[in-house]
Amino acid sequence: MSTQTVATTSTTSDRWGAVLRGAWRQVVIDLRVQLFSPMLISWLIMPTIGLLVVYFLRDSDVMGSEVSLAQLGIPGLLAMTVVTSGLIGIAGQLITERDDGTLLRAKAVPGGMPSRLIGDVVVNIGTALGPMLVLLGLAGFLVPDIWPSSPAAWFTLLWVSILGLFATLPFGAVFGAMLRSPALLWTTALGTYGLLAISGIFYPLQALPGWVQTIAQVLPVYWTGLGLRSALLPDAAVALEVGQSWRTLETLGMLGLWTAVGLALAPIALRRMARRQSGSAVAAARERVLNQGY
Amino acid sequence: MSYGATEVLRGVDLSIATGEVVALLGPNGAGKTTTIEILEGFRAPSAGHVRVLGVEPIRGQDSWRADLGVVLQSWRDHARWRVRETLHHFGEFYRPYSTPQRPRPWPVDDLLARVGLTGKEDRQIMKLSGGERRRLDVAIGLIGAPRVLFLDEPTAGFDPQARRDFHDLIRSVADLDVTILLTTHDLDEAEKLADRILVLAGGRIVADGSPDSLRRAMSATTEVRWGRDGATHVHATDDPATYLREVLNSPGGPFTDLEVRRASLEDAYLSIVHRFETGQGLDAHEARALLSTIDTRPSDATPADPTRDPTPGVTSASTDGEYR
Repeated sequence: MSTQTVATTSTTSDRWGAVLRGAWRQVVIDLRVQLFSPMLISWLIMPTIGLLVVYFLRDSDVMGSEVSLAQLGIPGLLAMTVVTSGLIGIAGQLITERDDGTLLRAKAVPGGMPSRLIGDVVVNIGTALGPMLVLLGLAGFLVPDIWPSSPAAWFTLLWVSILGLFATLPFGAVFGAMLRSPALLWTTALGTYGLLAISGIFYPLQALPGWVQTIAQVLPVYWTGLGLRSALLPDAAVALEVGQSWRTLETLGMLGLWTAVGLALAPIALRRMARRQSGSAVAAARERVLNQGY
Repeated sequence: MSYGATEVLRGVDLSIATGEVVALLGPNGAGKTTTIEILEGFRAPSAGHVRVLGVEPIRGQDSWRADLGVVLQSWRDHARWRVRETLHHFGEFYRPYSTPQRPRPWPVDDLLARVGLTGKEDRQIMKLSGGERRRLDVAIGLIGAPRVLFLDEPTAGFDPQARRDFHDLIRSVADLDVTILLTTHDLDEAEKLADRILVLAGGRIVADGSPDSLRRAMSATTEVRWGRDGATHVHATDDPATYLREVLNSPGGPFTDLEVRRASLEDAYLSIVHRFETGQGLDAHEARALLSTIDTRPSDATPADPTRDPTPGVTSASTDGEYR
């Protein structure tokens, strides 16, 4: 056997091609696994509970307008799905994969780590959009005229959902990379629900104190909710919004800005996390789970 | 190498040649995993000089990584993935690193047959038995047709049959000219698998040689036990033949018992380990003396300088100085 390093003929683009194809294989397998496993229940359970609540509120009007709480609730549930997948979903997934050795295995393979992380992000986009479609589909039977009324409205729904995911996923990844133990995931969950509460997702922002409104309008959750309302609600509903405008350009700008900041920060945290993967770390996690049960 | 406040490895000097099968043997906590993780590039040494295939592991790029196989212990990762798709998935990452001399990845079905997983291709990994799961781990380690294979405690938790099958598997891999470094705390396993055994205790290599040379060097004393006239005598000697002649020629009744037993490698190993665990480790001088008595490796296996030697060592590591 020769011990000379044999130069391979592959180019950088070949190697990135292998990384992206690997991510794609992973996405296909992981989504199939989720569709044919008990995990599917989590796709259905939240939308179902949300829809039930919405159904009982179908006759309540919001702040004297023609908009019912039910109408407001559907984009609210969709926004909640986006934000919880983007922040809690990916964080939980990274913590799990760190502990169970998935990431270490990825690290042992050339190009495995970037491939795995890209795949994880895409899987989370899928597991957010899937339940959203289910929810929207069912909502059409309960709440009149909730489906987008034009191709333009469908397009808005799509880009706001995806940009909302991009604006939150990198931060979820940072939390997942930084949290030392799965037992600390509640901190991210608590923060996320706090954001949902102050961001005018289920009730108009104007009902909240002025300083809370100011904070909410800096954060991506509010803009995701606003964008989704603009896609699903009738034009008259704009009366409930700040400045009586859907502020589409501002939505694009703010979500884009959060995406840019996130994409700048996440690789730093993920590289640090990847560097720390080792067999001893996985062994320690295994020991902890066997002894403490989590 | 220090880890937190505790220094784990001190003055580990080793060099492994192409095609060697080396066992890193030692009790728990001896630094075996740390050593192998440094060589895999999963962990940075605090000091020292480490080269694997000519590259400093912690700075190793993907093309270097493609030459290595790492056998991890699966626990519950990829639990719902199926055996064949998992192997195919990892194999495809090596395709850009394929060369005419070393086609990559290894054909999946051939590899499945070799590790004895034929017929289990479509099973979910979580439904494999412990032994099958470890075979899959080895297959994932081999899928890239590596030049160097690392295995950390590969048979921990195996029953005897699974252990024997696993040994056959590793020997068949070694026949393919893959350099193998494995860790174990089982002397018997090291003896069966390795061309060369390194005993690590207290973060230091305390013995290094072929199983035979280790046995000779570590078990110089022989125990002679004999019974005569209702009494049993046990005597340890370096020269059993002379002693035995004396005993047999001495006057007395008939012998009721006679046994000449060379102290086993295991006795010697356990006594070394015991000395470290009770804090009476060998000092550097003693360790060197022990090493020099058993350094009977083939001379081409220990290149002093990889850049000068025509058959450079595949792996070499030396952490910190001997003076520490």
